Amino acid sequence: MNFFFEVLIGGLLAGLMYSLVAIGFVLIYKASGVFNFAQGSMVLFSALTFVSLLERSVPFWVSFLITLLTMLVLAWGIERFVLRPLVNRPPITLFMATLGLSYIVEGLAQAVWGAQVHGLDLGINDEPFELFGILISQFDLFAAAVAGVLVIVLSLLFSKTRTGIALRAVADDQLAALAIGIKLQKLWFIVWAVAGFVGLVAGLLWGARLGVQFSLSLIVLKALPVLIIGGFTSIGGAVAGGLIIGASEKLAEVFIGPYIGGGIENWFPYVLASLFLLVRPAGIFGERAIERV
Amino acid sequence: MLYRESGQFITSYAADRSIFRLKQERLGFTLLLAVAFVVVPFIGNDYWFSAILIPFLVLSLAAIGLNILTGYAGQLSVGSAAFMAVGAFAAYNFHLRIEGLPFLLSFLLGGFVAALVGLVFGLPSLRIKGFYLLGPTLAAQFFIEWVLTNFSWFSNNSSSGVITAPQLLIAGHDFSTPVGRYLITLLIVVALGFLAKSIVRSELGRNFMAVRDMDTAAAVIGISISKTKLLAFAISAFLLGIAGSLWAFTYLGTVEPHGFDLTRSFQILFIIIIGGMGSILGNFLGAAFIVLLPILLSNIASILFAGSVDPGQLENIQKIIFGLLIIFFLIKEPLGLAKIWQTFKQRARVWPLRF
Repeated sequence: MNFFFEVLIGGLLAGLMYSLVAIGFVLIYKASGVFNFAQGSMVLFSALTFVSLLERSVPFWVSFLITLLTMLVLAWGIERFVLRPLVNRPPITLFMATLGLSYIVEGLAQAVWGAQVHGLDLGINDEPFELFGILISQFDLFAAAVAGVLVIVLSLLFSKTRTGIALRAVADDQLAALAIGIKLQKLWFIVWAVAGFVGLVAGLLWGARLGVQFSLSLIVLKALPVLIIGGFTSIGGAVAGGLIIGASEKLAEVFIGPYIGGGIENWFPYVLASLFLLVRPAGIFGERAIERV
Repeated sequence: MLYRESGQFITSYAADRSIFRLKQERLGFTLLLAVAFVVVPFIGNDYWFSAILIPFLVLSLAAIGLNILTGYAGQLSVGSAAFMAVGAFAAYNFHLRIEGLPFLLSFLLGGFVAALVGLVFGLPSLRIKGFYLLGPTLAAQFFIEWVLTNFSWFSNNSSSGVITAPQLLIAGHDFSTPVGRYLITLLIVVALGFLAKSIVRSELGRNFMAVRDMDTAAAVIGISISKTKLLAFAISAFLLGIAGSLWAFTYLGTVEPHGFDLTRSFQILFIIIIGGMGSILGNFLGAAFIVLLPILLSNIASILFAGSVDPGQLENIQKIIFGLLIIFFLIKEPLGLAKIWQTFKQRARVWPLRF
């Protein structure tokens, strides 16, 4: 039984790491209705920039700030050169634009910093400790704490600040938001910048876990079932979805995997999410769309 | 007035409904086919057949498959390569396990198996739409790749799931030379291209577009949404399945499941974005673009920098250029190369006048 709980807790904590990536998606989707496929490449880009600066013996906080600044410039560029010309286009067009964007950002990151794998040490002790006879990874716990803090801060940002309320207005109805004098472009820049920041945090944690390398950009794919289960528009949903996906994929790998051949972690979340969609098409916390002709 | 249509009167309904209504278009298309079938086999060399023409044709067919689903029926899919894999592996098994089955027939059967699988993975689309469809199509992509790698029955117990092409025999003639493989591919792609063009011009094709443009409105005017969506998935997977067989057996010769990974799916998606969503011609233009661009870039690099560019860096640059092109097309010409061709035709029709 202990083993079961160990797997479960490991899965839940890993799931929170997925949530970190998913939150970046939710932010952008809420504010602009864009499904941002480039979130994964932003994670890669930020982690690669950070680690390369660190390797050139730039101090930790300075490289963090420089990377953050780079992400701001990137957000500005995306708003100015990709989103602004595409305003009012169907969502599928915007999605494809972010697909193109992900190619540019990935290519850029690797052209500038090279394609080799970098190790990243955040100085967190990764020795598992024991709690009621269950081994828990300290690093995972730290990552979970970071995810928790981010969720709380972002939720406060969305519900308490002027910018957050404006963002919610934009999410509800762009045209109405424009009509009452909300500056769409400024908000888009802000939300992409925040998503870039979330991407940076996710990049650091994932990079420390897996090494900073190209495959970081692929975690975007794992965030997808998380979003589907949690709903595209809810930050809390991203966390819940992450927990469900993380726990179920680890449990499935350990307890079902041996019977049908290993490696089912790769597809299990997607199948689970697809089955989930059959029951609740808008996710747990997603908004049900009302349609009219 | 590079070509004139005055004096060409349509006198029957059949003529009015034909794909090429103008004499010039008919003539042009016949010439194109004649060149492709007769002239090219004589003047082409093995490099052109194996490295450019065959992949171009196969990718065009795959793009037609995806375009019917995404461009016409509006169902986003990033699992196209998985259906190609299903087609290829099914065709391989049919050929292997049924004695004396002609390989063209096994391609066809492979296509039907792919259509069935497409139907299954299309089922969630009845409940959901838009980006949520990424879920089931990604499920198809990863699940099918995993099944084909993990269960060696599908690849006749070969190591790491590699399958090898059967001998390409038609009526006793061996078509395994590059020219032969080119001709087979061309024949199949032209035939299925016509089929696809007919489908999208038929009532079914119009239903696809109605569902794409607004499914609620389509349901209100009496189109069965579920039937239309499932048919789109099945037809799309059928074409992709046959494209997969061609990719495995006339282009590469040997292939493993990882040859049909997510990158391939994205490649096909890019073809339809660049070529033009909701157009059959666009698939060919887009595929030509995608096949030729990397060759062009590496040639430019080797001429300009004479081998001093590292191949990894070249790949990064290629990625950036692809990304830029996609965004450029989406901003400037969302209907893709096909629309550019149409604009050109319109200009040629009224030239030297503007309108």
